[in-house]
Amino acid sequence: MNEMFTKAMARNIFYGGTLFFFLLFLGLTFDTMTVVPTRSNDNVIAKDANGKRTELGAQIVQGKKVWEDNNCVGCHTILGEGAYFAPELGNVYVRFGNSTDAIKAFIMSRPKNGIPGRRSMPQFNLSDADLEAVAQFLKWTSEIDTAGWPPNIKG
Amino acid sequence: MQYKSQSVSKLYFIAAIGLFVGQILFGLILGLQYVWGDFLFPEIPFNVARMVHTNLLIVWLLFGFMGSAYYIIPEESETELFSPLLAHLMFWIFLVAGAATVAAYLLVPYATLADITMNDLLPTMGREFLEQPTITKIGIVIVVLTFLFNIGMTVLKGKKTVVNLVLIMGLLGLAVFFLFSFYNPANLVMDKFWWWWVVHLWVEGVWELILGAILAFILIKITGVDREVIEKWLYIIIAMTLITGIIGTGHHYYWIGTPEYWQWWGSIFSAMEPIPFFLMVVYAFNMVNNRRKDHPNKAATLWALGTPVMAFLGAGVWGFMHTLAPVNFYTHGNQITAAHGHMAFYGAYVMIVLAMISYAMPILRGRVAANSKKSQNLEMWSFWLMTVSMVFITLFLTGAGILQTWLQRMPEAAQALDFMTTQDQIAIFFWMREVAGTTFFIGLIVYLISFFVGSSDEEATVK
Ligand code: HEC
Ligand code: HEM
Ligand code: HEM
Ligand SMILES: [Fe+2]
Repeated sequence: MNEMFTKAMARNIFYGGTLFFFLLFLGLTFDTMTVVPTRSNDNVIAKDANGKRTELGAQIVQGKKVWEDNNCVGCHTILGEGAYFAPELGNVYVRFGNSTDAIKAFIMSRPKNGIPGRRSMPQFNLSDADLEAVAQFLKWTSEIDTAGWPPNIKG
Repeated sequence: MQYKSQSVSKLYFIAAIGLFVGQILFGLILGLQYVWGDFLFPEIPFNVARMVHTNLLIVWLLFGFMGSAYYIIPEESETELFSPLLAHLMFWIFLVAGAATVAAYLLVPYATLADITMNDLLPTMGREFLEQPTITKIGIVIVVLTFLFNIGMTVLKGKKTVVNLVLIMGLLGLAVFFLFSFYNPANLVMDKFWWWWVVHLWVEGVWELILGAILAFILIKITGVDREVIEKWLYIIIAMTLITGIIGTGHHYYWIGTPEYWQWWGSIFSAMEPIPFFLMVVYAFNMVNNRRKDHPNKAATLWALGTPVMAFLGAGVWGFMHTLAPVNFYTHGNQITAAHGHMAFYGAYVMIVLAMISYAMPILRGRVAANSKKSQNLEMWSFWLMTVSMVFITLFLTGAGILQTWLQRMPEAAQALDFMTTQDQIAIFFWMREVAGTTFFIGLIVYLISFFVGSSDEEATVK
């Protein structure tokens, strides 16, 4: 490489460039933090002045926990992230005709030993409360402003 | 081996290779479940096998990075490792914790695991790649910090070189960004936003520093090119990595509830992310062509040249393919992503660890510089078998992804096929992926065998 371009110059570009773009990234992050709450209906799940959530808010937060504790993301995508083995669930509430009951019925009705020859979803034996919670979580998720994604209802 | 304490790296490399075998076995199970839906169901559901596959990958790469550092740091610092005892201790802690976690994935339902490890206290589980129980995550932090302390003290008492510095910065970054795995906000969008600070800022940020430093070390050793030249290249490469890669995180912020301006920031900056990978190809070939000496370890040279090429293809080309927002709108979260994820991880991180093992292992096992011709030949066979298989895995998944986009995503809702029907339509590609995966596994077996043949033959020499 060119003799005029020294190692010290390369090093300075590395440190200077990294610092500059990291700070820019922090700035964008800061702005994002102020915008996300409105795009995601954060008010529904936010705590009030006394540190309490509404009943629905608590349910949605619990639903996220049910989602995580059963590792649903190990088969499904949610808003396009996760595993590619089973349907996208970010919009399943809409795909199931805006019905949390349909979601619950689907999850409840999974056969314990799977469906012969077909990709199978486990029977999680969720409690009624957990079932309702995860359904409410999926409903809330479907209402996030995702800039128009997915392209169609199939997910 | 110049310093006695470098020998700890052997342990790390052996563990890495062992876990690699486990990772690929579970890859084959996953691949089969793709086409034979209830294979091993309900004993090993897909999500469990996937966790094992991806977590073993991350853990063995970490073993590989640590082993590489334990080899490189003393040699570059020109001093013995600060504490070989600590390195041994951490090895066993990490191995036992890792094995226990994987065993727990397989033995108890995930919800039970979450329960008995008290995930409620500090919920961090159930997110892709970060499925480990919180207690395991804490263990990882302790192991990595102790490791950093150990190599940091070594550098402090010895010589400070650019390779050492960049390697340590990369490993420090790895530790720092892993801390975001402990932050799991109740709002899914926020959760996703910060999740990428671990995943993207690892593979397209600080890990590339580790990759660059290890590659630079190997190139210095096998080509004898002046270190000044190599260090200048290294700085330029990692400068381009972080200048493009940090804001490039935006390519994950298009459709998850984050503001739309990320479509611009993410597209523009991530479109430049292939540049450092391209530079790496040019530089590696340049250094080898301008070498000052011939090195008898031809296999290591092959891995060292293969790494930048495959990283450029997997991360650079396959990454670019779906990184612009208008394209990503249709490909987000489908088989194209899986195609890219496989070749990028293999090309960049699997191959650099295997390159380092290839360079260091003969010396660690008492050779002067290289294995016998016979052993090297077999190793080079395994290079081609695994690498070509990975190319085919990627091509088949890309075919699957293009069709999936075409059938499920592009048409209007009324004409579009639903997810499960689409998967049936493209099953042939998944079968072919499984075949390519099997040849990958054969390549891996050949790789293992190469450690045991020609051991009593004399060492290969330069011509
Ligand atoms: C082992 C993999 C696996 C896991 C884990 C899993 N699922 Fe599924 N899920 C599937 C498969 C496969 C289908 C498609 C089933 C079919 O069409 O026969 C599916 C379908 C669904 C559907 C219907 C989607 C549609 O569009 O038809 C919902 C809702 C759902 N899963 C919710 C969940 C929830 C909630 C969890 C976690 C508690 C979960 N799943 C965990 C595999 C899984
Ligand atoms: C060294 C080689 C390999 C590496 C580095 C690797 C890496 C990965 C990574 C990073 C993921 C997560 C992908 C993502 O989220 O996009 C993954 C998932 C997966 N891998 Fe591999 N893998 C390897 C080999 C294999 C093999 C040989 C097979 C099977 C033949 C396989 C089958 C799978 C499957 C089916 C998934 C799940 C995809 C999904 O979510 O639907 N892998 N692997
Ligand atoms: C060695 C470096 C890289 C590795 C190991 C890597 C690995 C991965 C993996 C595993 C995923 C899937 C994540 C998930 O499960 O959700 C992914 C996603 C993605 N990668 Fe990379 N990547 C690398 C470099 C790049 C580069 C350089 C680009 C762009 C030029 C890129 C563009 C993308 C995009 C756009 C996605 C999102 C795909 C989607 O929307 O589903 N990657 N990468
Ligand atoms: Fe990324």
